[in-house]
Amino acid sequence: MACFLVPAGEAIVTTVVQKVAQKREKSGGEKVKKTGLTWSRRLSWLNKMLWGGVILLALEHIWHGEVVPWPPFLTAMATPSEVGPMLHEMATFGSAMAAAITVIWGIMILVVELKSRAVPKVKASPAARGA
Amino acid sequence: MWLLLTALAAVITTAIWYVRAPDDKYKVGLLSLFFWGATIMWLVDHIIAYVTEGGPFLEVSLDATLLGLAVIVLALFVWEIVLVISDPKGVLRKALKG
Repeated sequence: MACFLVPAGEAIVTTVVQKVAQKREKSGGEKVKKTGLTWSRRLSWLNKMLWGGVILLALEHIWHGEVVPWPPFLTAMATPSEVGPMLHEMATFGSAMAAAITVIWGIMILVVELKSRAVPKVKASPAARGA
Repeated sequence: MWLLLTALAAVITTAIWYVRAPDDKYKVGLLSLFFWGATIMWLVDHIIAYVTEGGPFLEVSLDATLLGLAVIVLALFVWEIVLVISDPKGVLRKALKG
């Protein structure tokens, strides 16, 4: 019905956070981590996944007639009895979607961190390469 | 069906991105993350719907297939807009100058 609005809300917040982080990095307030990745770059991955999902899910909702280009835009809003189920769907499906994307992004960051920690070890001991 | 088609697009674009990495002049990484975002969201949606409501996990019909194709077209369209605006080859800049 309108589950994609929850990740859309998260995308708006994380986009603002990314812009703030970018400003701080430009002014030299933030240090670049070992990985060479700034927080704004990391957040950009999350934003791309969130916005991509939101845009494509919005198309699906338009396709199924759940979103229309005229007020109140969400067809469920036109019928009072459907407002409750719509909010329930947003709380369950929408929150789960947003959480899943955030968890997967967290795993991506973790993998990059672990990989970057492994790289200097290999460089420090070239003999290990032949082993 | 649109979940499957979007997942397929995500896998293909990720492979293209990896082959060309670290060079990402044409922002294939962006397209790949777009598709992955939608794939994860629909996967969660399908799992919850399957567990709570039952029925088939994937909707296999002409309408669902067309939706999957429309989703891919929209993602490609958004990616192309980003590409033209950022203009990594400088084509627009050259055209506007000369």
